[in-house]
Amino acid sequence: MVEITHSTIDVQSIVGTVTNSESGAIDVFIGTTRNNSDGRGVLSLMYEAYEPMALKIMAELEDEARSRWNLHRVVVVHRLGVVEAAEASVVVAVSSAHRKEAFDACRFLIDRLKRDVPIWKKERFVDGSEKWSVSKATNQESTGALK
Amino acid sequence: MKITLRLFSVARDLAGFREQTMEIPAGSRAANILEILQDRNPKFAEWQHAVRIAVNQEYVSNDHPLHDGDDVAVIPPVSGG
Repeated sequence: MVEITHSTIDVQSIVGTVTNSESGAIDVFIGTTRNNSDGRGVLSLMYEAYEPMALKIMAELEDEARSRWNLHRVVVVHRLGVVEAAEASVVVAVSSAHRKEAFDACRFLIDRLKRDVPIWKKERFVDGSEKWSVSKATNQESTGALK
Repeated sequence: MKITLRLFSVARDLAGFREQTMEIPAGSRAANILEILQDRNPKFAEWQHAVRIAVNQEYVSNDHPLHDGDDVAVIPPVSGG
């Protein structure tokens, strides 16, 4: 299940969603707003997305993870809008029979989300300034990058 | 032919618009969209190798042919997570 939300992510409820009696492992990744970036104080992050495409790619990533590993339940939730320091912007939760599949799939999902899903964050610094968090080199090695 | 062009993040800031219906020459390819944007704001040149183009919500290569009615998005380096 993939989802985009504009409100606080309820991690406990997601863990409940992936919990089931056939699974022996649940792996959860929580991405949170860090209060600093390159030595500057960060107040909050503001996320925006190309929502329909983001959901489409998140669903494709879930399909790919399910085809590569034997997973019981998968939840990927990304939050948009302002996310204050220490709050969660993304949660990936995976359940499987054994821990290796859960760890591997969870890592795959967050790594590929960060590479391919059209979501952007703007950093809001404590000094009042704002900046899109982008690197001009970020996507050069990714699938489909313009050459 | 007509396309809908959507811009996000830094690309939107550089172009000054979020979404626009645009008349482009028949036979245009994905990379031509970046040339059009670059003509309007030369700063786009700095991003030429970093952005990806999506057509109808799928990433495409720079020589992907565009068609009338396509939904074209300029995807700057993503930073979700």
